[in-house]
Amino acid sequence: MAEPAPALSGGVRNPQAHDSAAKHVSGEALYVDDIPTSAGCLQLYAAMSERAHARIVALDVTAVRDAPGVALVLTAADIPGINDVSPTGTLDDPLLADGRVLFHGQPIFAVAAETVEQARAAAALAVVEYEDLTPALTAEEGWAKQDYVTPPHKLRRGEPGAALAKAAKRLQGRLAIGGQDHFYLEGQVSLALPGEDGDVTVQTSSQHPSEVQSAVAHNLGRPANAVTVEVRRMGGGFGGKETQAAQWAVLAALTAVKTGRPAKMRLDRDDDMIMTGKRHDFLADYDVGFDAEGRIEALDLSLASRCGFSADLSSSINDRALFHADNAYYLPSAELRSYPCRTNTVSNTAFRGFGGPQGMMAIERVIEAIARELGLDPLEVRKRNLYGAAGRDVTPYHMTVEDNVLPELIAALEVSADYAGRRRAVAAFNRDNPVLKRGLALTPVKFGISFTTTFLNQAGALIHIYRDGSVHLNHGGTEMGQGLFVKVAQVVAEALQVDIERIKITATNTGKVPNTSPTAASAGTDMNGMAALAAAETLKQRLTAFAAVAFGVPEAEVRFLPNRVRVGDHELNFDDLVERAYLGRVQLSATGFYRTPKVHYDRDKAAGRPFYYFAYGAAVSEVAIDCLTGESKVLRVDILHDVGRSLNPAVDYGQIEGGFIQGMGWLTSEELWFDDRGRLATHAPSTYKIPACSDRPGDFRMAIFERGENREETIHRSKAVGEPPLMLAISVFHAISDAIASLGDNRLLPALDAPATPERILMAVEDIKRRAAEGSRDAAALAAAGA
Amino acid sequence: MTGAIRFLLGDEPRKVAGLDPNLTVLRYLREQEGLCGTKEGCAEGDCGACTVVLGEEVDGRLRHRAVNACIQFLPTLQGKQLIAVEHLKAADGSLHPVQQALVESHGSQCGFCTPGFVMSLFALYRDGGARDRGVIDDALAGNLCRCTGYGPIVAAARCMGAGDDGDEAAVLAQLASFDDGEALALEGGYFAPRTADDLAARLLAYPEATILAGGTDVGLWVTKQHRRLEPIVYVGAVAELRRLEVTAERIEIGAAVTYSEAHRAIAEAYPDFGEVIRRLGSRQIRNLGTIGGNIANGSPIGDSPPPLIALDARLVLRRGDARREIALEDFFIAYGQQDLEPGEFVETVILPRQASDWRFRCYKVSKRFDQDITAVLGAFNLKLEGGRVAAARICYGGMAATPKRASACEAVLTGAPWSEATLSRARDALAQDFAPIGDMRASAAYRLQVARNLLTKVYVETSEPATATRLVGDRQVAYG
Repeated sequence: MAEPAPALSGGVRNPQAHDSAAKHVSGEALYVDDIPTSAGCLQLYAAMSERAHARIVALDVTAVRDAPGVALVLTAADIPGINDVSPTGTLDDPLLADGRVLFHGQPIFAVAAETVEQARAAAALAVVEYEDLTPALTAEEGWAKQDYVTPPHKLRRGEPGAALAKAAKRLQGRLAIGGQDHFYLEGQVSLALPGEDGDVTVQTSSQHPSEVQSAVAHNLGRPANAVTVEVRRMGGGFGGKETQAAQWAVLAALTAVKTGRPAKMRLDRDDDMIMTGKRHDFLADYDVGFDAEGRIEALDLSLASRCGFSADLSSSINDRALFHADNAYYLPSAELRSYPCRTNTVSNTAFRGFGGPQGMMAIERVIEAIARELGLDPLEVRKRNLYGAAGRDVTPYHMTVEDNVLPELIAALEVSADYAGRRRAVAAFNRDNPVLKRGLALTPVKFGISFTTTFLNQAGALIHIYRDGSVHLNHGGTEMGQGLFVKVAQVVAEALQVDIERIKITATNTGKVPNTSPTAASAGTDMNGMAALAAAETLKQRLTAFAAVAFGVPEAEVRFLPNRVRVGDHELNFDDLVERAYLGRVQLSATGFYRTPKVHYDRDKAAGRPFYYFAYGAAVSEVAIDCLTGESKVLRVDILHDVGRSLNPAVDYGQIEGGFIQGMGWLTSEELWFDDRGRLATHAPSTYKIPACSDRPGDFRMAIFERGENREETIHRSKAVGEPPLMLAISVFHAISDAIASLGDNRLLPALDAPATPERILMAVEDIKRRAAEGSRDAAALAAAGA
Repeated sequence: MTGAIRFLLGDEPRKVAGLDPNLTVLRYLREQEGLCGTKEGCAEGDCGACTVVLGEEVDGRLRHRAVNACIQFLPTLQGKQLIAVEHLKAADGSLHPVQQALVESHGSQCGFCTPGFVMSLFALYRDGGARDRGVIDDALAGNLCRCTGYGPIVAAARCMGAGDDGDEAAVLAQLASFDDGEALALEGGYFAPRTADDLAARLLAYPEATILAGGTDVGLWVTKQHRRLEPIVYVGAVAELRRLEVTAERIEIGAAVTYSEAHRAIAEAYPDFGEVIRRLGSRQIRNLGTIGGNIANGSPIGDSPPPLIALDARLVLRRGDARREIALEDFFIAYGQQDLEPGEFVETVILPRQASDWRFRCYKVSKRFDQDITAVLGAFNLKLEGGRVAAARICYGGMAATPKRASACEAVLTGAPWSEATLSRARDALAQDFAPIGDMRASAAYRLQVARNLLTKVYVETSEPATATRLVGDRQVAYG
């Protein structure tokens, strides 16, 4: 009788530790700035515009070139190819400003010197003369001028005009939603090494190596095959290294090619925050019609965003804002419009959620407005408006919601979080406490998974098996801490039935897997996991066919068991089979490819199925606010989140918790503050406040929705988890709003914009107290008049 | 006098000569030692990615302190042990218990902040470990993580344990051998006197010298303003300036005493002042920064001057052999201008203890509770007698170009009944005292509103002690 077979190490569904965890804690994990370079590596510094909008009348860099240690000065005139780093071919995003500057902080020229201090000191010697032009700094200013970086888009369903006109109740309002800096702990950095024939290899911290490759190539005026880009890991990305890494990589590459020396460009924290794009801030203007029970009948919504000086990814980001302006709610009639406003500020870009969070914030404010108007608990209004069965299951972009689990998920969370009991407790607390007030809110998330730009939904992988049975895994996805590499390795371990320790995870490299999509849209595991699975299945099939012939059994009798293979009555180790297959001249290297099925979107008709599926979740947050200072504190959070069938629960919990806290920061303490000349004043952690350890709620409970299973054929029926949890933090904003509303007997809508800083909270507190006092005076006057 | 500094790098002795006194510990590690585990996240001591631990002898024991390598200058390591993340693994390559706990708790995602967390946790491990969530939060307030949401890191802190790694005697012996008893003088213009007399003489000779204490402000002049500091006179080795003396009447704080060192004595005398210090900067900053420096740099938003002024603290200033004692409130003349002659320095801060009929309250308001620069800080010291305000000393930070007393408000209060009517008049009077500016931390309107509301908070806390008024801090302590 055979002994029980040892189990597979590191297959799917295990809470496998991050593949680099031991290197992270020992300091041995290499980031780009840690890669040893030969002596003579040049350091780059970019000189920034000191105007928000101006013509450059004169630029004299003679003294810069002559300064100590300077090897090269790059201006727009020194770019051999096309002076552009726009990600979508809009040609509106110069590598170096040419003739005019469009935001305060825009790079005008770059200096390469022996040390970055020398480069910085030299840059100060330039003579730049400006002729000021009038800047537009806010979305409102861009909107007023109807100056857009990309055409506005519109979703329309039903007859919103007529439905609004005949609705029983109608409310209008505006919500301002702040932007957010990514604040990845590792700033932008690239290291370029010159090669033969003017070729160049770039080590960079980028979510999109193929785009970096393309940008380097066309600025150099060379074909893509002259450029190799590699990314081992990033010290955080969050969308901020999707398009924003290219500019610095190109400057380093140009320097390396022109000087024949290695060149590094690393932005320090201040320069990084000033020169790179952020989450768009939005204005949301709504006009909603609803019935006496709070069911929405029609919504007219305008979303205006501050895009900055160029298009970057603003078109897709504004689209996604529209696609999420329904969040979880059925809108029988709706017209939703985006206004991607051009402003003289840094060009805003991808950030976890990609417009979705702002769209959701808009509709959640609408829900709260309805609830306050009707005197209902906002949760009641949320539940009444959820997508439902046929007849209440079509989105404003005409996609049918087929996989909605929210009614069940919310019901479960209400019970596990004791929403009703705590609602009573909060009310009791607020009766007894004049200075501190508590608030409670449950908000849902429905987030569409897939790139809305359909062609991006493709991925490739490359797997080698070496003669000793060790496996080399490569794919187009990049690792920014989200656990993509370990999840994909788990998929391959499971497919080949080899321990994960046998699989070498390797750096993303444009020379191995070409034409990759960015690691973004939460789709990294869905796509690269499937591509790697395809490659693994190809190899497995070749090994199976070989074994069947070698042992003279049908292929059906070849079975892969943990680290060994059973072939009919024989059993041999995986490495033995591999060696035999090699000797039998079997190709032990395979590529895999995946394209997401079913997705399509017709932008002209504003209809289609932009998403393969939806990820769902909900959170209950309880906060306390100080009505004298406006400070707030999150006391408890309960999360129930749908990750389908989890590939790695440890990684998924990490994404849920990390996303939530990041979203909480966006909506509370993180404030981008530009002065009236368009200068960002919050460009370092001393002034820009992401959540600290003590901001994590003392009572934080999260659970994966146990019944979750992707109804679509995703990788092992899992669901994407990168972005959706960020939006669970909208519950924090609404809990704060709920606490403020208690000062107006829960019948007045707090005038609270995001982020809910102490200042905004205090101003909303003062405002609601004033309105409540006026209201009771009016009521008294009415009563007196009536008497 | 010697031209080289000596310290332990991990357990290896180092003697470094010919160094640039403006070189930070972070750059030294990364560029000269090739130890790249320590990261630069912000170069201003606000993110903690560069956290290293310093070992040094204190009262015969080896004490470990987490500090920010990015803003500390290398010469200040003289006679200390520098422990970076690379030094934690055991000789056999196994992870330190702190590192192991982080791996097992899934405490790293992108990993860039991780070495800094490892080092903050290592300092906590050597200092008795994590007793509760508050201790963990305080130990980690200076380490930002953008990926995890902190939960797994807190979990690691709870399970990592505590210990001494068995190296104390050997390290102490090594460190003792580095001290030749002489003042350190380096060629690039760095002088570290050992006595106050030597310091006074040195500053008379070089009145233009930059006085360096913890470097939590001065360090940024190099890393953020890209200035070159020369010469530097470091006060951290001056024995007299490192003294903390607690008597029945007063607490005397030498100008080079760090926040961490002064915290307990101040918190015992004035719990709210202790709470402000707990929230000032981070553990790393408080381990380096000094109250003397917080005063001497003249910042309008320094956190310690308002409570010190409300408590009638005094300064001993010294120039050469001449000393003068002044009230702290007279020290701040205007923005960037202090009552300090060339060559003169702050020697001692004297914080009086006061009779129990005085009520002291202090509130720091900022966008984030921990490690944030204040928008408004209000310090209120009221002598209440039979329902009246017999005397009042009120000082605000963030409301004017200097820390400033609210004299019009004090005038309304003094002698008046402690009532809502008086409160209302006192609130109004603040508009006479202050015309604050608006900036990225807060608008002018908010600042004035909060300044008024903090007065209301004092009123509520002193007249309705049962009412809950605090979101953070130890309520029991705060209410005393």
